[in-house]
Amino acid sequence: MLGEGGWFPGAGPLWLSIQLAGATTLILVIVGTPLAWWLSRTRGFWRTPVEAVVAMPIVLPPTVMGFYMLILLGPAGPLGKFWLSLSGDTLSFSFAGLVIASCVYSLPFVVQPLQNAFQAVGEDSLETAATLGARPIDAFFSVVVPQSMRGYLTAAVMGFAHTLGEFGVVLMVGGNIPGRTRVISIAIYDHVESLDYAKAHLLSAILLVFAFLALLFLYFVNRPRNHV
Amino acid sequence: MSELANKLGRCELALDRGDFKLRAEFDLPAQGITGLFGPSGSGKTTVLRCLAGLEPNVQGRVQIANAVWQDSATRVFVPAYRREVGYVFHGARLFSHLDVAGNIEYGRRRARRESDVSYEHICELLGIDALIRRKTSQLSRGEQQRVAIARALLRSPQLLLMDEPLSGLDSDSRREILPFLDRLRAALQIPILYVSHNIDETTHLSDHLIVMRQGRVTETGALEHLLSDAEIFGADASGVVLDAVVDGYDAGNQLSSVRFGGGTLLVPGKLANDNEAVRLRVLARDVSISLHTPPRTSILNQVEATVERISDRGGPHVQIELRAGTSRLVASVSRLSRTDLALREGQAVIAQIKGVAVKAWGTFS
Repeated sequence: MLGEGGWFPGAGPLWLSIQLAGATTLILVIVGTPLAWWLSRTRGFWRTPVEAVVAMPIVLPPTVMGFYMLILLGPAGPLGKFWLSLSGDTLSFSFAGLVIASCVYSLPFVVQPLQNAFQAVGEDSLETAATLGARPIDAFFSVVVPQSMRGYLTAAVMGFAHTLGEFGVVLMVGGNIPGRTRVISIAIYDHVESLDYAKAHLLSAILLVFAFLALLFLYFVNRPRNHV
Repeated sequence: MSELANKLGRCELALDRGDFKLRAEFDLPAQGITGLFGPSGSGKTTVLRCLAGLEPNVQGRVQIANAVWQDSATRVFVPAYRREVGYVFHGARLFSHLDVAGNIEYGRRRARRESDVSYEHICELLGIDALIRRKTSQLSRGEQQRVAIARALLRSPQLLLMDEPLSGLDSDSRREILPFLDRLRAALQIPILYVSHNIDETTHLSDHLIVMRQGRVTETGALEHLLSDAEIFGADASGVVLDAVVDGYDAGNQLSSVRFGGGTLLVPGKLANDNEAVRLRVLARDVSISLHTPPRTSILNQVEATVERISDRGGPHVQIELRAGTSRLVASVSRLSRTDLALREGQAVIAQIKGVAVKAWGTFS
């Protein structure tokens, strides 16, 4: 395999996956915070449609998502064309394109835990903060964010783990370019196709253990506590 | 209360919420504790929320000291975070992600001016020095409420709003907190608006009273004037509050003697040290009237008084308002007794007060 160097076979795709998942999680936590906050507070008409759109990636086949993303990000697509004129590079089959696609794909896994956490903070805490002199933005960072720490942990772990395991969208949007778009799940698929089961075993085991640890951590963080 | 000598501000509030209509207009005294009293659902908490700026839909005008917090006519609405008000909520509402010190610091850091009272003084008054490093989940309900009061005070507000801070607490916790509230009242200048539907609490703490019913202010005034009104408190609870000073304690008979505007009373138990002030509550139903000093009786307290007013509201009892020296008393006597004794206004009588019925409510200055 080309460009598969590193400490062990498959280290390249693994490292690329981690970079992709890290970048996606970071962007989603930042973008997802105002979105989740709005969803947790608004009683307006648009709340339900927006909630439905945010949840779409959970039920859509990744190939469908990937297909539309490919059209959107391709050199002829609206976003792809803009990016091309800006950077001289195509978005499809690039790392940047993968990050954008992953952000859409993993959006609900970050927004939903944040929304739940924000809803749990409740109006009481915000009123209390206001009577103590905190303007809304101050109250958000001094009360809502610290009280939503479990929600942020859950959102980050879910977003990261889900992006790490994505396959269909990556295949459609990114293809299989070593060092650029060849992430771990694609590498596993490749190894199985070429009957290289030893390498497939190794990479699969890494993802399996990681998924278990991530979920173990989440259940540990969110387990019910005894209140004094 | 239209003739308040020393007033902090005036509130005119109007709010419609479904079936509930609030139409409240009142002046706020610049000193002491003003009890906002009324049955559940009468709009007391809503009034506090309107004053704090937590009800965006309220119409009207709120002026506190020189600041206009709201004026619908000129579309002024100062947001909650810019009103210098301390709010002690019904539940303590401490921030769970902060410890006791963090909670107290939260308001202090955001205060617009230096507190008139030092941090140390407030912690000492409320007895929370020992709690300062604790997590909020390690506090009893009473301790949580004390921390919430300290937090509100250190925001250095112009007005402290307290929404039934004692309700929901068991009687031990209430007994634990009341002395702290007494100390606050004695030590601090800050005016307090105190919501309660509990008559004991209200009479214990309040200097002034605002009575609400069904979203309207029905009565305002000094506590001692309103308390005798059987219509507000019901015949069983109507009475007077007497501010008295302890003269001495007879350890043999376990009786304290206290001086009030109409003479001396003997009260069971040791109320306080000599020369300390106490507040007594004398219920109308515990005062009876005699035309002459009875020669021998088990009732300890007999006070010379003059009948000032007889109010007959048609029940089996009539309420007799009495003047004893500079103090007032009210007696509830049966219709028949009133006729038998031929009671009339201006008549000199002896008011007999059952010693056990004299209630002592802690000290204050």
